[in-house]
Amino acid sequence: MPASGGARSPGSNIIEGFDPILKSHPRFRSEPLTGWGRFPVETCRVYRPEARGELSEIVTGAAEDSFLPRGLGRSYGDAALNGDAAVISLLRLDRLLSLDEDEGVLECEAGVGLGDILDAVVPRGFFLPVVPGTRFVTVGGAIASDIHGKNHHRDGTFSRFVVDLTLLTPGGELVRCSPEVYRDLFWATVGGMGLTGIIVTARIRLHHITTRYISVDYRKAPDLDAALALFDEADDQYPYSVAWIDCLSRGRALGRSVLMFGEHATRERVKDAHLDVASSRARLSVPFDAPGIALNRISVRAFNTFYYALHRTRDDALVSADRFFFPLDGVRDWNRLYGRRGFVQYQAVLPLDRGGEGVRRLLEGLSASGLSSFLAVLKKMGPEGDGHLSFPMEGYTLALDIPRRRGLGKLLGALDRIVLDHGGRIYLAKDASLVAGAFRQMYPGLDRFQSVKNAIDPDGLFSSSQARRLGITDASRKEGDRS
Amino acid sequence: MSDAGEGVGAELGEGAGPVLIVGVTSAIAQATAAAFAAHGHDLLVTGRNPEELEAVAADLALRHRVEVEARVFDALDFEAHDGLMDAAGMGPLSGVVLALGYMGDQEEAQGDFREARRIVDTNYTACVALLEKAASILEDRGRGFICVVGSVAGDRGRQSNYLYGSAKSGLAAYLQGLRNRLHPAGVTVTTVKPGFVDTRMTYGKEGMFLVASPESVGRGIYRAARRGRSVVYLPGFWRLIMWVIRSIPEPVFKRLKL
Repeated sequence: MPASGGARSPGSNIIEGFDPILKSHPRFRSEPLTGWGRFPVETCRVYRPEARGELSEIVTGAAEDSFLPRGLGRSYGDAALNGDAAVISLLRLDRLLSLDEDEGVLECEAGVGLGDILDAVVPRGFFLPVVPGTRFVTVGGAIASDIHGKNHHRDGTFSRFVVDLTLLTPGGELVRCSPEVYRDLFWATVGGMGLTGIIVTARIRLHHITTRYISVDYRKAPDLDAALALFDEADDQYPYSVAWIDCLSRGRALGRSVLMFGEHATRERVKDAHLDVASSRARLSVPFDAPGIALNRISVRAFNTFYYALHRTRDDALVSADRFFFPLDGVRDWNRLYGRRGFVQYQAVLPLDRGGEGVRRLLEGLSASGLSSFLAVLKKMGPEGDGHLSFPMEGYTLALDIPRRRGLGKLLGALDRIVLDHGGRIYLAKDASLVAGAFRQMYPGLDRFQSVKNAIDPDGLFSSSQARRLGITDASRKEGDRS
Repeated sequence: MSDAGEGVGAELGEGAGPVLIVGVTSAIAQATAAAFAAHGHDLLVTGRNPEELEAVAADLALRHRVEVEARVFDALDFEAHDGLMDAAGMGPLSGVVLALGYMGDQEEAQGDFREARRIVDTNYTACVALLEKAASILEDRGRGFICVVGSVAGDRGRQSNYLYGSAKSGLAAYLQGLRNRLHPAGVTVTTVKPGFVDTRMTYGKEGMFLVASPESVGRGIYRAARRGRSVVYLPGFWRLIMWVIRSIPEPVFKRLKL
């Protein structure tokens, strides 16, 4: 039975089961998996259903300790890993099911990539209401991580635009839930990292656009205070805002940034610029693992200096939506730049009142560690949503790519303490190293999440390596079972 | 057997009538349908599982902006065969792609004739029934194409799947005859023999190698049908592999564990 929450009687939203699809037991492939950061590596048994009906057959029929749904594997650490247990790949359940052009509502299966959705809806004058920094995220992953984008300060997270979703519960029932029906289950599933069951389909409210271009205003900030002031000013003016931040600059230049403020360009603006509606998509790729040394302090410093100097303060530059939102997708497999040892992405959000100070201390901590970050992004976030384990809160978020080198563990521990001291939290979709105690302090919604989780999954059938590390699911029970 | 030099048999292109794809819910057929849709063809698609059929049809229409009509159809329900070729408001069919396949369970079929019959009926009898209807329609019109997804398993019988293989082999011989019959009418008949493809049929099985993506095989099927080729292995190197396997003398082959 689904968790309590909705006022309706149980059963009203339970959709009947399917005819059996598979003749025999579902087959899996045992393979080493990683997240996008390529660390850690864990062997999982991967199931890959090709029909929706197979999902319940796998969950109820396969002899596994636990299951975890997985999409395109763009979370960075171990959020989409289930070491020595089952992972269910949703990549073959990627069909677009309906588009109501009057209401602007798309229904699709959870395994479809956001980029594929854009390819289908942009020519019809629609855009996704929230996009992350890459096209290669599935709808299921976007909901399970309750992703945010450059418009978070204005529009909130992806889940705000989810009309409803169908969830295959650990008990094998298909339940439709929404902010109105089975609300607790909905808000536990949103940001719930795949631990409440498998998101099978979802309906998403789209955003109207008239062109595929973004009009971008660039601003340079010589230091952190200037950058934060620019964000505060821009809050009401632009739907999209983000800053690239040079995290090697120190002293008075600490936090010097290039800020990008954007909005969807109007048809007139694009016509005036004589631009064609077709957008280019770069096709570079990184065909091999870079030697570990390729991204070092000197090369990163050179890049940062160049990047900062390159940008001018200017208004109304037209940039294709692809390039504005997904700059790194142009380089396929860019994670290989960090070499075989991989990297971690560290993303924290710090509440508004002490956020500036917290960001400063995080940058100082990184700088003092001798490790460098090639890519660092700063953004102001809007109010917290309703997802029990959703990441965003009103304040500033800082994301750092840090290559795995000696001393990384110590650095991450130090950064975690700064985040805790400032009342912030770190993003589970990026995390690979947080400890359970710190996690519990960062996520006060954990109790509510766990009460839903225990009601819907009393046997702990859905789990992940991250969930066990952080104590989101009851690790001791599963460990006991497994021995 | 090479037929790369054959001319373009089927007059295809945007504005031509719809293409019928029977058994569209398999991964290979979905990819084939997507290749046709990407080239602007309207589609009439069938499948057994209504939920899957609806999903595939909606996806094709939304991604490729073509008209897609879906009909729930079980190839073993021979009564239902009448009327399937009638594309209703979509205009006369420009071609038919048959992607019916049932691997079945060889071991079960050895002890249970019902399973053996299901394998043979799906992979051979139902195909014959459908193709005879398609052949008459296209023959009368004097153009069009027929493209049937067979299997390399039909090239040589072996103990692990000879029921499936023999049905596919019979189908290949049937298609040779049909090709011969329809040639004067300008209707092409293509036999496609995919090797290992990354689908439910091969996923997680031991001993798979050189596994092709359904997308590349789907594009290959589209090209082969469009060019009106006779017999096509996908990917092409399977022609060589199967030549080697066919060349093993039977006294040797019967001792192998394949």
